[in-house]
Amino acid sequence: EGGMGTVKQSDDFTLTGSLPSARAHRRFCELLPQEHRSVEESLQARVSLEQILSLPELKANPFKERICKVFSTSPSRDSLSFEDFLDLLSVFSDTATPDIKSHYAFRIFDFDDDGTLNREDLSQLVNCLTGESEDTRLSASEMKQLIDNILEESDIDRDGTINLSEFQHVISRSPDFASFTV
Amino acid sequence: MSHQLKGQGEEGGGGTRGRARSGSLGTGDRSRRSPSMKRPHRAEKAPVPRRAQPGQKKRTGGSPGSGSPRRKQAERRGRRELLGDRERGSAEKTCGGRRKDGRASLREQRAPSKKEKEVRRKEEMWKQLKKHRSSSVASSTSSGESLSEEELARILEQVEDKKKLIASMRSKPWPMARKLAELREAQEFVEKYEGALGKGKGKRLYAYRMLMAKKWVKFKRDFHNFKTQCIPWEMKIKDIESHFGSSVASYFIFLRWMYGVNLVLFGLIFGLVIIPEVLMGMPYGSIPRKTVPRAEEEKAMDFSVLWDFEGYMKYSALFYGYYNNQRTIGWLRYRLPMAYFMVGVSVFGYSLMIVIRSMASNNQGSTSEGESDNFTFSFKMFTSWDYLIGNSETADNKYASITTSFKESIVDEQESNKEENVHLTRFLRVLANFLIICCLCGSGYLIYFVVKRSQEFSKMQNVSWYERNEVEIVMSLLGMFCPPLFETIAALENYHPRIGLKWQLGRIFALFLGNLYTFLLALMDDIQLKLSNEETIKNITHWTLFHYYNSSGWNESVPRPPLHPADVPRGSCWETAVGIEFMRLTVSDMLVTYITILLGDFLRACFVRFMNYCWCWDLEAGFPSYAEFDISGNVLGLIFNQGMIWMGSFYAPGLVGINVLRLLTSMYFQCWAVMSSNVPHERVFKASRSNNFYMGLLLLVLFLSLLPVAYTIMSLPPSFDCGPFSGKNRMYDVIQETVENDFPTFLGKIFAFLANPGLIIPAILLMFLAIYYLNSVSKSLSRANAQLRKKIQALREVEKSHKSVKGRATARDSEDTDKNNSKNDTQLTKEGTAHHSASQSLTLDQKAQGPGASSSAGKTVLPASQHLPVSRAPGVRPDSGQARPQAHPWRSTSGKRAWRPPH
Repeated sequence: EGGMGTVKQSDDFTLTGSLPSARAHRRFCELLPQEHRSVEESLQARVSLEQILSLPELKANPFKERICKVFSTSPSRDSLSFEDFLDLLSVFSDTATPDIKSHYAFRIFDFDDDGTLNREDLSQLVNCLTGESEDTRLSASEMKQLIDNILEESDIDRDGTINLSEFQHVISRSPDFASFTV
Repeated sequence: MSHQLKGQGEEGGGGTRGRARSGSLGTGDRSRRSPSMKRPHRAEKAPVPRRAQPGQKKRTGGSPGSGSPRRKQAERRGRRELLGDRERGSAEKTCGGRRKDGRASLREQRAPSKKEKEVRRKEEMWKQLKKHRSSSVASSTSSGESLSEEELARILEQVEDKKKLIASMRSKPWPMARKLAELREAQEFVEKYEGALGKGKGKRLYAYRMLMAKKWVKFKRDFHNFKTQCIPWEMKIKDIESHFGSSVASYFIFLRWMYGVNLVLFGLIFGLVIIPEVLMGMPYGSIPRKTVPRAEEEKAMDFSVLWDFEGYMKYSALFYGYYNNQRTIGWLRYRLPMAYFMVGVSVFGYSLMIVIRSMASNNQGSTSEGESDNFTFSFKMFTSWDYLIGNSETADNKYASITTSFKESIVDEQESNKEENVHLTRFLRVLANFLIICCLCGSGYLIYFVVKRSQEFSKMQNVSWYERNEVEIVMSLLGMFCPPLFETIAALENYHPRIGLKWQLGRIFALFLGNLYTFLLALMDDIQLKLSNEETIKNITHWTLFHYYNSSGWNESVPRPPLHPADVPRGSCWETAVGIEFMRLTVSDMLVTYITILLGDFLRACFVRFMNYCWCWDLEAGFPSYAEFDISGNVLGLIFNQGMIWMGSFYAPGLVGINVLRLLTSMYFQCWAVMSSNVPHERVFKASRSNNFYMGLLLLVLFLSLLPVAYTIMSLPPSFDCGPFSGKNRMYDVIQETVENDFPTFLGKIFAFLANPGLIIPAILLMFLAIYYLNSVSKSLSRANAQLRKKIQALREVEKSHKSVKGRATARDSEDTDKNNSKNDTQLTKEGTAHHSASQSLTLDQKAQGPGASSSAGKTVLPASQHLPVSRAPGVRPDSGQARPQAHPWRSTSGKRAWRPPH
């Protein structure tokens, strides 16, 4: 019972209305094996990356691995606890503030976790966005031009990378960043 | 301001050290505030005051301390737990989170400067306060010596802070575990003290309001989702957009918009004209205008006749001639002629309004996006993925569309960077325009020649099929072959594809317009001819009826049955003839379009695809290849088709229904054709941001199609024996009639007064003046707008250069400051003053950078501020700043930009 109380309490700052924590918890339990679905156990359990990736909401997302990595609090970054899962959902819910969203977006895009978006991060990002198939890939020269243009626009301090504040500076001006929801 | 900034600096140190000592949590915690007994008592008051809200930062004065060691320990334990949380979630931290922490820890570090004596006094007070709370609120008055007003206010403030924290918890990028812990502590605190301070009321109301707010947000979102789901063909268009780029999709969006407009027109005409006539009007066969004449009866049901909209089609509610001139019909006493006229006017009124409105909204959209020009690529990069996509097929489409949009903007960028031989380009462009003008003149002359010839043919008997249809054939041929010719010539000009598309559209527009107006002139000649015959036919009808009723040889006692309506001689009814012309044109246009698509695109694609296996050259890459989607031709076809609908709908109310069907089928057919047999343009290009070019053409066509209709309504007499206005001198007389008969006399007088030229001319003058005034206002506003934009641009440039200079300076400075820091005891005062200048420069910075950069700006003063508390409390380790810049993985980047004051 105490466990459920925690779940309810999480409501206060996770998803409102549309997907309350109790529902999130149900979703989370569905990912767990049958025998571990009791409330206490489920709050302790961790779900592996593969299971999270199989969620229909994330299945088609090119950033799914990154998303899981960013939200995972386990040392090896390969599993999600229920709290991590709630974190994930609350960031992607549409009640989360743009600041939070942009912060996590930055971390998702920061593939090497070094705190800035450098050229490798950006090219990886482009590859994620253009998909795996060969015909949608950009050529090397196109890629270079694209990244040059992005740095030209967003890299205010001209250090060759985009840091969090620059990223948020750009993002805050975007009309459709609200689409960062699941 | 400086508090805040200092806080930021402090926090960096605190967080760092805390993490560094993660092995021994307790000691790490204690050693942080090294004289542990001097810890601020405020820290005890709240279980976790470190993350208090901004409002707290100013209150550094004395506060009640807790004397109970147990409480202290518990507090420490709680803090340790939190530290653990912090370490776990250290990577999750943002500027915001850091700032909050920083402010609080700053307070803690400054507080040790308080004197022990005061501390003890406060501790006593605190105990008393606790006692009161435990007993009851009311008792606080009985033991009056403690809990001064000041204390109360402070607790109140803290409670408020906690509440604020609870409210803003959601907007903090902390991991859930930490949020939960914080929330629980804050809630406990609030619950404990709120009762003591008598502030627990309104909680339920607040909860209820929050609930309603959530519900409202959810409802809005659901409604929005519902609205987007109601947009038809959204997926189809998105699909096309992802494969062919936004320019091809813009045609389909335009088509959909057109469909919406036509649906409204259809509803107007059907609901107010056709359905009342069918339901309440006289039935078919009751009067001559509703009956097929005796001579045509035989063939009236043949398909070939019906196909030409003759026979039963001609005498149906689809056309003007069918309507009776009875003032009112049915038991509703529906004034059909009046309704017919008003609907005819409102079709144009609505169309004008909707076109102009959408143009205006497009314009507004484009001006508000002024700033996004600066970040086209970044926006595409960072925000283009739609995280709602869950379907892998949709995801594939999205990949394709993102790639396409990247390519589009790369083409644009390359285009703007290209350098060319200006003279050659100019020469080629002039040459191309010359050639195209020659083509246009030639086609104009050809049509004129053919129309003249057809007038001769029409006088002759026994003309062949070709001679009868020569005008249509020549016009279709011109329409078919001129656009590709123009396109070939336009290749000389070497415009950006988007600009090239506009030129192409303009040229084909001129061609079509010439054709249309030649057609109209021919039609006008026809009308005049029919009108001149009208008088004689009127006499014949009159005499026929007269003879029929007065002829001898009929039993006088029995009244003669009325003449069968089919036998009554009747006029040619030029209005119906015009309606039929437009109907035919629309249908033949539709068929030509579909056949062209089928032959030119689909069969070609099939041929290329399947014959490629057994052909001597590569068909797919070589000559025939697959067709590209012809944007300009299709857009103009649509626009001119719409023009014909507007022109014809007054004389053929059913035309809009046909057009709705046409647009519906063409949506599906063209979507299919595009996806199955077209290839994307060689250079995928982005559609211009607003569709105002299409809309502008549409407006022009609307105006041009309004002219002939208005002319016929205002200056030609209606036929005497068909249509709702028969028997009147002019069609608009119906208004006058209604005003006279159905309105009170004074209203009639007012209308007559309003129609006085003496009033109309000043009104028109006034309108011109208003237009002139508004135009000049908008000009000056747009000038101001341009100036502002320039300013923003300049500011951005300055910002960039400023930043880059600063960045370089920082890198150099930070090295030697680190060296200096170790021996900085003597420099403290210096730095204290330097801090002042630093915060000054900061304000400037923030002004230039706007909101996004303020957090980074906050860090710039870090080194100066971190020494301030040192100067006040010498017990704090002086090297506190040294380990700072490198400790946090993310901090390292900001450390690089840390601005250090010159020593």
